[in-house]
Amino acid sequence: MQLILSPPPDQASAQERLRVALQDGIPLSPRPYLTLAQQCGLSEQEVIEVLQTWEQSHLTRRFGVVINHHKIGYTSNAMVVWEVADSEVNRLGAAISRTGLVSLCYQRKPDGPDWPYNLYCMLHGKSREEVLQRMDRLKAQCGLQETPCAVLFSLRQYKQCGGRYAHTKPPVSVKEVL
Amino acid sequence: MSALNSPTTTHTPSTNTIELSGLEKAILSDYQKGFPLTPRPFFTLANQLGCTEAEVLTCLQRLQQLGVITRIGPVFNHRRAGASTLAALRAPVEQLQNIAELINAYDEVNHNYLREHDLNLWFVITAPDADHLDAVIRNMETATGLKVRRFPMVRPYHIDLGFRPDFD
Repeated sequence: MQLILSPPPDQASAQERLRVALQDGIPLSPRPYLTLAQQCGLSEQEVIEVLQTWEQSHLTRRFGVVINHHKIGYTSNAMVVWEVADSEVNRLGAAISRTGLVSLCYQRKPDGPDWPYNLYCMLHGKSREEVLQRMDRLKAQCGLQETPCAVLFSLRQYKQCGGRYAHTKPPVSVKEVL
Repeated sequence: MSALNSPTTTHTPSTNTIELSGLEKAILSDYQKGFPLTPRPFFTLANQLGCTEAEVLTCLQRLQQLGVITRIGPVFNHRRAGASTLAALRAPVEQLQNIAELINAYDEVNHNYLREHDLNLWFVITAPDADHLDAVIRNMETATGLKVRRFPMVRPYHIDLGFRPDFD
């Protein structure tokens, strides 16, 4: 596991503990970083500095409120996978990202003749119709009308949580959200 | 095509829409990134939002209880923080629930969705390193008797740095 700039071993393990303590987020009490500090054997200021360093070194993408889209009405989502020429994948990935219509856009490895797709994006909406309208706009804006693709709407969310690196928790129970 | 591959009628949005206050909407819109790293972050929020620290905390506790926010914390860059891959398997419909639960039971799985396709169960596996990731996948294949297909990322073009809700 990659930690920042090889801190001394005791500090590294404190950072590991902080990471585990943060898996369910900061406590909702007035001094959350102090509470975390007490759990990890760091000072409050050290916790704040570690979190700042994680952000600055891009170990984390963001720090903040993590929303469950479904609960605020964004119940429809589709993963759209495209088969594009390798020479076009960077241009199209950038073009799709610029539309502002997708939440994620990745190049991924294709996997055999039944899965030739190499460009993935995610569309969210409050209904299936809204997602399909976005899909049409995306195709029109990026010239993807003739590009082979598959649209994989989600039918059910079995699990969603942040990445876990310490494997001590009991499994999350199955929940139906759609 | 299985019945699960085309039931558009199951997409009815959930009817229990949650009513959000102006303050709640502001918190959800504005603090998905750049959450204050100050000793009293909720006090900092309160000052920015023109309310009290207690109001902010009450708001967040309610949102967390309702499941609108899953947590306040870091979203790690998995490529830097360990090894991860998108993976999928083709679960026979009659075994779907069991297989989904089996996949969920791995702490290394942090998303698991049923999707409308023959390749129907899609999940993300995150592990401390590549060997651990391989071991998890081999273990899943033994446990389910199914091939787990991997779709590792080659390059990100756009990663959601928060979600801009269209509150209307």
